[in-house]
Amino acid sequence: MPAQLYQVDPIAVRNEIGRDRLLAMWRQMLLVRRFEERAELAYKARQIAGFLHLYIGQEAVATGWFAHLNPGIDASVTSYRCHAQAILSGVGIDELMAELYGKATGNVKGKGGSMHFFSKEKKMLGGHGIVGGQIPVGTGAAFSAKYRKSGGVSISFFGDGATPQGTFHESLNMASLWGLPAIYMIENNQYGMGTACSRSNAVESLAETKAIGYGMKSYTFDGLDLFASWKCAQEAIAYVRRESKPILVEAKTYRYRGHSVSDAGLYRSKEEVDRYKELDPIGRVQAALHEAKWLSDVEAEAIEEEVRERVAACVTFAEQSPEPALSELATHVYAAS
Amino acid sequence: MSTPLAPSLAVRRPLNPKTDPINGHKGVDLGDGSQLVSVRMAICQALYEEMNRDPSIYVMGEEVAQYNGAYKVTKGLLDVFGPERVIDSPITESGFTGMAVGAAMTGLRPVIEFMSWNFSFVAFDQIISNASKMNYMTGGMFPIPLVMRGPNGAGPRVSSQHSHAVEAIYSHFPGLIVVSPSTPYDAKGLMKTALRQNNPVCFLENEMLYNLEQEIPIADYAIPFGQADLKREGSDCTIVAVSRSVHWSLEAAAELAKEGIECEVLDLRTVKPLDIDAIVRSVRKTNRCVVVEECYRTGGIGAEVAAQLMEFAFDDLDAPVGRVTTTENPMPYAANLEHETLPKPHRIIAAVRAACYR
Repeated sequence: MPAQLYQVDPIAVRNEIGRDRLLAMWRQMLLVRRFEERAELAYKARQIAGFLHLYIGQEAVATGWFAHLNPGIDASVTSYRCHAQAILSGVGIDELMAELYGKATGNVKGKGGSMHFFSKEKKMLGGHGIVGGQIPVGTGAAFSAKYRKSGGVSISFFGDGATPQGTFHESLNMASLWGLPAIYMIENNQYGMGTACSRSNAVESLAETKAIGYGMKSYTFDGLDLFASWKCAQEAIAYVRRESKPILVEAKTYRYRGHSVSDAGLYRSKEEVDRYKELDPIGRVQAALHEAKWLSDVEAEAIEEEVRERVAACVTFAEQSPEPALSELATHVYAAS
Repeated sequence: MSTPLAPSLAVRRPLNPKTDPINGHKGVDLGDGSQLVSVRMAICQALYEEMNRDPSIYVMGEEVAQYNGAYKVTKGLLDVFGPERVIDSPITESGFTGMAVGAAMTGLRPVIEFMSWNFSFVAFDQIISNASKMNYMTGGMFPIPLVMRGPNGAGPRVSSQHSHAVEAIYSHFPGLIVVSPSTPYDAKGLMKTALRQNNPVCFLENEMLYNLEQEIPIADYAIPFGQADLKREGSDCTIVAVSRSVHWSLEAAAELAKEGIECEVLDLRTVKPLDIDAIVRSVRKTNRCVVVEECYRTGGIGAEVAAQLMEFAFDDLDAPVGRVTTTENPMPYAANLEHETLPKPHRIIAAVRAACYR
């Protein structure tokens, strides 16, 4: 039985968000997408290497939730598909693109690459390369918030492919047992690498069924719809702050690109991908903005152009930045005491 | 333990279980600025003193709070610091280790107890992929001030899955510090350092040494990482050892002295970083070296020490470096088989004789 999706009235939510905030979110989503599209081009041109896991198609999920978070007081952590979370936390795209280029000016000085974006100031705790390995880290940030009485919450993003991992279950149990202000966000993009969710999970509705087992509240929402994402986040995050209890959330979403750029995508049909592209979360927000007469075609083009230029500038910054000095090889293996 | 003690381990009187505390953070005041404590009490005292000083330290692990610790190392801490800072976790090593990494990234100084280091393998990914690499892969943005502690090495007759010695395994990975004290003095001083620095530390205790007693200063002190300690002086052969192996080596050295072989026993105390300078200094004097450890032979501490001696003291060696390790089999249960598996004094004596061509 599929879980009942979180229901919203799109017009009412649109009006609640208002013009300025909706425009800002649309621009953020555009920035995330253009940044990644540009990274993909650079990857194919062999200017960047390693793995490159793109978030394209999933932007409405993180955008809707970060809109209700206060990065720096609230903490976030995610998987190797981490570009959006870093940008939405407020990390500048110059240092992020420079990191993809493996440069000294990179977000983590060229030592991490695509899978390891971080920010101490914004409490963005990564960027993690082991499936499910970040979930206890996010739980620790929630523990820390409660211990220090900071009033913050933590949000841990991970895919449907991470829910069979032990760390997922261990984290949910501890968070519920101890009343930690932790949000667990399953971004169900329907495939763990090339394996369909139905081939790796014994049940269809991940959040609804797993939450019950740990005495937690759950939400399931349409992750392709920014309005559903934003409204669900508003209600759920308020609950976590108010009650100091964890929640388990499932976003039904989709990634247009492969698991990583090297994935040929033979496990799904082109028709399936095209069907989802018609539901594109960014296009839907733009349509809503037009419908509300909050955005003219001219204004839309101007914002598109401004984002494109911003992304082009970060590529220039990355290209012109120096490589790390070879002396960096041995720095930061240990921290100064 | 029928172990002959190093001179520094001689005590004026042993702990009296009827009148003295035998666990918890309070030592027995001997009135002259020194106190009598066991290894167990020394570790507890270091935790107690540093938790008093630094509110960001918390202790978490299985049975550490209400049960007072499976080996009573954390006895009494719950009463003093309360359930917010001394926390019983579910049996969930990967979970509470990863949680400690997240807590360390957000301002806390976690101390986690593995009821035994055998169970740390359940948390291996969190220790290696997260704790050990975090500072490096974030360009120095996120140091991980984390102490992971618990008993390591063979317990009494607990067989294959409960007898691992993990010094060499964890020393393999850059980013981790590996400490394994053999005395109360070293245990307290090294734990103090561990709690005041900013790297993940594997603090390897030994169940068989928890009751070992010593007179230590009441005043605060800390022992820096990476400094070996001479537990016995000698001129004929250097024995490099760590943790319980130090005591087996001292026992062997006492026997060998009867046949005129004087051994120097060097206690590494910190396996990583390795104090190769102290080893080389000693080998320049004795020209012979035997390494004793509870790890396996392949890729063990002895392999590393032998390789480094070849690099730094090749011309000083008069014999191949000897290695006395746990034999390469899972620990058996039968008493006689267990005895032969461990690097016990009779095997150390044979190795030293071989190194001395006797």
